[in-house]
Amino acid sequence: MTNKQYAVILVYSTSYALRAEKVLAEAGLSCKLIPVPRHLSSDCGVCVRVKWADSESVLRALEAAQVEIEGIHEM
Amino acid sequence: MIYFDNAATSWPKPPGMAEAMVHFVNDVGANPGRSAHRLAVDSGRIVYNAREAVAGLFNAPDPLRVVFGPNVTEALNLALHGLLRPGDHVITSSMEHNSVMRPLRALERQGVEVTVVRCSPQGFLDPADVEAAVRPNTVMIALNHASNVVGTLLPVAEVGHIARRHGLLLLVDAAQTGGAYPIDVQADGIDLLGFTGHKSLYGPMGTGGLVIGERVDVARMEPLKQGGTGSRSEHEEQPGFLPDLCESGTPNAVGLAGLEAGVRWVLERGVDAIRAHEVELAQRLVDGLMGISGVTVCGGLDATRQTATVSFNITGMEPSEVGLRLDEEYGIMCRVGLHCAPAAHKTIGTFPVGTVRFGLGAFNTLEEVDAAVAAVGRLAQEAR
Repeated sequence: MTNKQYAVILVYSTSYALRAEKVLAEAGLSCKLIPVPRHLSSDCGVCVRVKWADSESVLRALEAAQVEIEGIHEM
Repeated sequence: MIYFDNAATSWPKPPGMAEAMVHFVNDVGANPGRSAHRLAVDSGRIVYNAREAVAGLFNAPDPLRVVFGPNVTEALNLALHGLLRPGDHVITSSMEHNSVMRPLRALERQGVEVTVVRCSPQGFLDPADVEAAVRPNTVMIALNHASNVVGTLLPVAEVGHIARRHGLLLLVDAAQTGGAYPIDVQADGIDLLGFTGHKSLYGPMGTGGLVIGERVDVARMEPLKQGGTGSRSEHEEQPGFLPDLCESGTPNAVGLAGLEAGVRWVLERGVDAIRAHEVELAQRLVDGLMGISGVTVCGGLDATRQTATVSFNITGMEPSEVGLRLDEEYGIMCRVGLHCAPAAHKTIGTFPVGTVRFGLGAFNTLEEVDAAVAAVGRLAQEAR
């Protein structure tokens, strides 16, 4: 049993985050755009927070829609 | 009051356009892509939705390759200055607006070779003449989709095939056609499409952009400016990915809110329906003007081969006087002169006097066309 709650997906820019948000909404996966946590990147933009339990389906959905990501991190 | 200056900017705007802008100013307001709080994300979403709407209208596969800017002039400058290098050869037509011609003349001074393919006096371009102009160092064909002077449609899809065959990029200036004539960047073989928001996309001034196709090597593209993008902030170098590469500085999000509403209206009404309406208006106008003694109508005289922009002259009366009297005595607003397109006027034989131009739009009616034809008829009679 894992106690991880969220995964954070880093993307290149806000436009990518908004694209990811649309793709995930269409796939029925919930997400929230949040500021990039400082310990993950010094970027000032947004990233996509999803439920940890959803992370595999999230990655599949983003890959199918060809949304490039920079990385995924637990949070 | 009859507004016949839609080729310069469309008016009135469709319901919902101004409201979308008011909503942005009053209820959203934040800077898109700069912060991550809820209003900033809402603002970013509005800009993204505008990207999607434009991509959908032109059948562009990737909304992130829609780059926004203040107008089509900047989009065309981005494509030309961003991709052409000294020693490259570019082919264009003699019907171009100065938004293509002037950047090309500036690039010519830097060592870019420019060939201007002559069009017919009606403004038509023979694709074979374009192919004959291809050289070993040709890299791009830059083409007006429709003349802003006489409305003549240029054979973009045919030239698109030529461009593919020779491995060239096709840049299309869709200022006069985006939203008023069907455009499919994939089917038409368009690699770079410059559009403006305030004409037949029925958005506000200060919006426009460039659709960048998959064949364009973005790594070779120089943006017109560098600056903050809200991304890669730890780097002092410009990000290399779209749209950030070409979108430095705070965008016109309030304008883009209006642009999205305008494009949604176009999509709802349907480009084909708008086109059918404008063909009907334009043919009635051409036929009406042709029936007046002393009036010369320019262009192909066939509405199916042009946009709803019609240029004409009255024998014995200067365009400027025609324009003034139409406005003062008949409440008809149009544009006279050279329309920022000296090359086009030389091609059709109206340089340097220019023409009187009626630019019809989706909101004009047959009654307005008939009233304008009657007004021109009275002026022509007086000029005799």
